[in-house]
Amino acid sequence: MPDDTNDDTVEDGAPNAEHEATIATLARELGDGAVVESGVLGGANPGVASLVVRVRPDAWARAAHVCRSTLGYDYLCFIAGIDWMPMPAADEDAEGDTSAPVQPKEMTFGVAGSEGRFQAFAHVESTRVPRSGLTLKTDVDEQDPHVQSWFATYPGADWHERECWEMYGFVFDGHPNLRHIYLPSNFEGHPLRKDFPLLAREVKPWPGLVNVEAMPGEAGDDEEEAAS
Amino acid sequence: MEIVSTTDTPAFQIDPSINSLLADSQMNVELDDGDMILNIGPQHPATHGTLRLVVRLDGERVISADPVIGYMHRGYEKLTEYRTYPQITTLINRIDWLSSFANEVPFIAAAERLMNIEATPRALYIRAILTELARISTFLLFLGEMGLQVGAITPAFYGFRDREYTLNLIEAVTGGRFHPNYNRIGGLKDDLPWGWIADCRSTMRKMLDSCDEFEDLVLGNPIFQQRTRGVGIIPPELGAAYGVSGSNLRASGVDWDLRRDGDKYLPYDDIEWKVWTHPDGDSFARYWVRLQETRESARMILQLLDQLPDGPIMAKVPRIIKVPEGEIWVNTENPLGEMGYYIVSKGATGPFRVKIRTASFSNVSILPWLLRGIFVPDVITVLASLYFILGDIDR
Repeated sequence: MPDDTNDDTVEDGAPNAEHEATIATLARELGDGAVVESGVLGGANPGVASLVVRVRPDAWARAAHVCRSTLGYDYLCFIAGIDWMPMPAADEDAEGDTSAPVQPKEMTFGVAGSEGRFQAFAHVESTRVPRSGLTLKTDVDEQDPHVQSWFATYPGADWHERECWEMYGFVFDGHPNLRHIYLPSNFEGHPLRKDFPLLAREVKPWPGLVNVEAMPGEAGDDEEEAAS
Repeated sequence: MEIVSTTDTPAFQIDPSINSLLADSQMNVELDDGDMILNIGPQHPATHGTLRLVVRLDGERVISADPVIGYMHRGYEKLTEYRTYPQITTLINRIDWLSSFANEVPFIAAAERLMNIEATPRALYIRAILTELARISTFLLFLGEMGLQVGAITPAFYGFRDREYTLNLIEAVTGGRFHPNYNRIGGLKDDLPWGWIADCRSTMRKMLDSCDEFEDLVLGNPIFQQRTRGVGIIPPELGAAYGVSGSNLRASGVDWDLRRDGDKYLPYDDIEWKVWTHPDGDSFARYWVRLQETRESARMILQLLDQLPDGPIMAKVPRIIKVPEGEIWVNTENPLGEMGYYIVSKGATGPFRVKIRTASFSNVSILPWLLRGIFVPDVITVLASLYFILGDIDR
């Protein structure tokens, strides 16, 4: 499809004609108001623009079906979750890690927006059309995180949804077999949520100061000599 | 290999902690129809790491198979949130450890695109050369190992010998045999060492010869053909719906290669090459496609070396890397299949969220479907021919 080699008329961050057609098909097939918002991936670089469509949670499974049957996206790339909450700040005088990159303190949402903290997103591609790809997003309720499963449309969703359930606690309705995939089955908590601390970094200063021994002739050495 | 017979089920109360482990593998201990549960792995040589496969057998035939993964889960998606962009390349080297260099490329390309930096042409060419070298070394291990799994020892020696040549080349440029950590945002760490191009040319000619050798030694072998033909057939539509990618999907006749069909990330358009497909979709086809791709990669490297442009290897990059706010998805054709990074940046020195899409995870997820109804010895053939790396499954 995109034989266009990027007509530079497209404004940065705006969907091009081909994107508009995809959005129109999705809106038509999914019914009233199911397509909430759309946007384009790629940041400052419009040459690699890729479409993002946010659909209403109750149209999530149907959207997968439309992608596969009508839009021709026969290949499931991944399904994942995201937690938009900023990481809780460590205390000023905490012993823990201070080298981690500092992220903005206020909650902002990415391309195509979000209602709340949690979102599920997925990427599908077509093996027949070069340079194709569509990212779908949907909001997930914070108190009652339920998402419709894609298992019936893309069987590959099985493992991706198990991983997402384990890492974010999203319950995929219609998934036959939601159980732990990476972690032991008695593991508690959802590690990729932002309020789940990375304990190794919390309890030990980084980088590994405790492992540093005093070199001969340094301060620590002199004290020992003085004592003896 | 541990054999658990259902007739030996203990009568006493099962400890809750063990019970949860049993639930993990979906073992049905109540079963009384004489089915046997066989644990393949987690330390079976055919699994290249620690994959456990719980298969339920009726005689020699597999009734159901359930892969149990996660023995090597290192939580890279969480760790990336605590690190800066340059630090993350060290982590992602360890995802697919056989082709580490190819892992770095999509991540660096994603960061570059978000920052709107373009790597210099020479850097892109060297990236392409090293990516193809990584592909050759990964596939040579496969070409040898696959012979080993069906009972032929010789190809393994050939494979390891030739792989050593390519690893030496990678080591000469990057300083690391397995974990090069050689890509930088905007270019590369260093230029090629003196005399390397001539070395690489002669090694690639040697590779072309050894591919012929493999073709004679393995593909023409009637025993190998009997073991692999018609075994583990992946239908193209189902493979795509499962997210199977790379050579595994091309062996099912799907003409799709991200080097040609994806966003341009390396200068593959500048050279003449061909995407190989095979219509059969069985284990033999997967071996055949990888063998052709090894040869094609060697040809590609020879062309890339001929066209290698002069110039700097680093673009102008700010001293402290801060990636502007935005989201991006970059996927590339790695030796094992499609690898991609979905990066969410909030303008800091490190990413807010990185979704790492690895090839083996999706390739292996088709196993429960693929292994149903086949014989136990064929399980090993199918596992070997799918060719996965555990670090690439578990991340």
